[in-house]
Amino acid sequence: MIRDITFGQFFPAKSPIHALDPRTKLVLVVAYIVMVFIGNNFFCLGLAAAFLILVTALSRVPVKMILRSIRPIWFVIAFTAILNIFYIQGEVLLFEWGFIHIYDRGVFTALFMAVRIILVVMGSSLLTYTTSPTDLTDGLERLLSPLKIFKLPVHEFALMMTIALRFIPTLIEETDKIMSAQKARGADLESGGLLRRVKALVPILIPLFVSSFRRAFDLATAMECRCYHGGEGRTRMKKLQMHAGDYWAFGVTILVFGGIIAASILLPKVY
Amino acid sequence: MTNIIETKDLQFEYTSEEEGAQVVLNGVDLKIRKGEFVAVLGHNGSGKSTLAKHFNAMLLPSGGKCFVAGMDTADEEKRFDIRQTVGMVLQNPDNQLVATIVEEDVAFGPENMGVPPEEIRKRVDEALKAVGMYEYRRHAPHKLSGGQKQRIAIAGIIAMQPACIVLDEPTAMLDPRGREEVISTIHRLCSEMGITIVLITHYMDETVDADRVVVMDDGRILLSGTPREVFSQVDELKAVELDVPQATRLIYRLQKAGVKGLPAGVLTDDECIEVLSNLLEVNGCPSSKPRN
Ligand SMILES: Nc1ncnc2c1ncn2[C@@H]1O[C@H](COP(=O)(O)OP(=O)(O)O)[C@@H](O)[C@H]1O
Ligand SMILES: [Mg+2]
Repeated sequence: MIRDITFGQFFPAKSPIHALDPRTKLVLVVAYIVMVFIGNNFFCLGLAAAFLILVTALSRVPVKMILRSIRPIWFVIAFTAILNIFYIQGEVLLFEWGFIHIYDRGVFTALFMAVRIILVVMGSSLLTYTTSPTDLTDGLERLLSPLKIFKLPVHEFALMMTIALRFIPTLIEETDKIMSAQKARGADLESGGLLRRVKALVPILIPLFVSSFRRAFDLATAMECRCYHGGEGRTRMKKLQMHAGDYWAFGVTILVFGGIIAASILLPKVY
Repeated sequence: MTNIIETKDLQFEYTSEEEGAQVVLNGVDLKIRKGEFVAVLGHNGSGKSTLAKHFNAMLLPSGGKCFVAGMDTADEEKRFDIRQTVGMVLQNPDNQLVATIVEEDVAFGPENMGVPPEEIRKRVDEALKAVGMYEYRRHAPHKLSGGQKQRIAIAGIIAMQPACIVLDEPTAMLDPRGREEVISTIHRLCSEMGITIVLITHYMDETVDADRVVVMDDGRILLSGTPREVFSQVDELKAVELDVPQATRLIYRLQKAGVKGLPAGVLTDDECIEVLSNLLEVNGCPSSKPRN
């Protein structure tokens, strides 16, 4: 059962979007999020949505998977929308019942906010669908490396991410083994109330902790044996390189960004 | 300079608050020649791992000296040169792989050493080919078998181009097939690439093909010599709770039981069969030779 937890949601495929430099994708996702938040009317969102559809089509990630990314946050979307419907006041009263007043502007704003959140979430999920966690970490490390002059531990952070990614499957496997071992000794993990179940987890977590410390200790030794001494003087085997595709991606994004800025200045606002 | 590792009266003690000083190495004199395949045996707690950690400056002697390719391990400035010269492979294959992709893990050592990217690429490919794992270069380590993971760990060391590799019980957590993979790989590294191998193990049968076997007991070197020389001293080995290969033990017990005409120092099953069938033939059982 615990095996179902997958970390990250990379969808391997051969596509022009997968082939982009991870740094490009990171920068463009940030630009995309900014443009979705700058856009203040439905035309802007329409433009952003068109852009998202184009990228999705190019990426060959199934639409179903992209839609699935909003499932964990539908509650946030619904909550925001409901708040907007009830609180925003406008000229045209659409509905009145007791203390509840719903205005046209409230409905528009609610819809607008919902679409905005959905666009942002779908867009960023596309990043993780098309970029392997390793590439993502790599791209992040290199993008943020200028921050090292402010003494930010960028390399250490990236290495931590890599090690976490490396060991999560190992630890999941181990948890599975410990659970089986405790079950074989008669531990009951699946019945009883919440408190009982939480208590039943203790004999699983303790061995897991102990072995994690053991692993961390071994790993530190192994890293030292392999001349690890921090990020200083370290080179990388993989060189990240920008290709024609990356320049195209930047070009198209800048166009869309410009369109959205123009539209949000020229066209009437929703709220 | 023909000795890659040389220890002179090496002493080491752990100090803990509860127990005070505990002597773990008590005057170890050992010379390991370039290109040699040395197996180190000894029961648990005899100080094998502690000795191994002196070979790449993970631990520094409390007394005596340890030299690696002429460099004193106590010299702080030489630490990374020493670790580059003597690579170390540990017991648990899971806990020594750092990266999420095989080839990136192999690149970890050279990256730390500041090798230029093109050169790392070349070394990684060569190292993976040397351990027969080149086809797996894009795989995730956690999906490989124990033997394969251990070979990746070895490749990660080879990519640093060391003169010597120390392996601390590399097969202890593997199944028989994984053990066989790892042992044949390190033999190949020794014979084809001329890398000095120090293999710490408690499986006797892994030591019979070594150039030299060193037996440790209680922080000292008890016996040292060719496998034949060492394993013919069955009583000494028994005294330190070490076993000899099954074939050796069988011949030894036959000798003890009064059977005449058996040579000492039989190591492998094949040799044992040979010796026994010769014996039977001499005693008039001609049909006893194994028919292939
Ligand atoms: N970190 C440590 N602190 C204190 N004592 C240790 C430590 N590591 C090992 N020892 C002790 O040193 C002795 C030798 O250990 P070790 O070199 O690991 O033996 P081997 O590898 O032959 O089993 C043991 O008695 C052990 O208890
Ligand atoms: Mg040990």
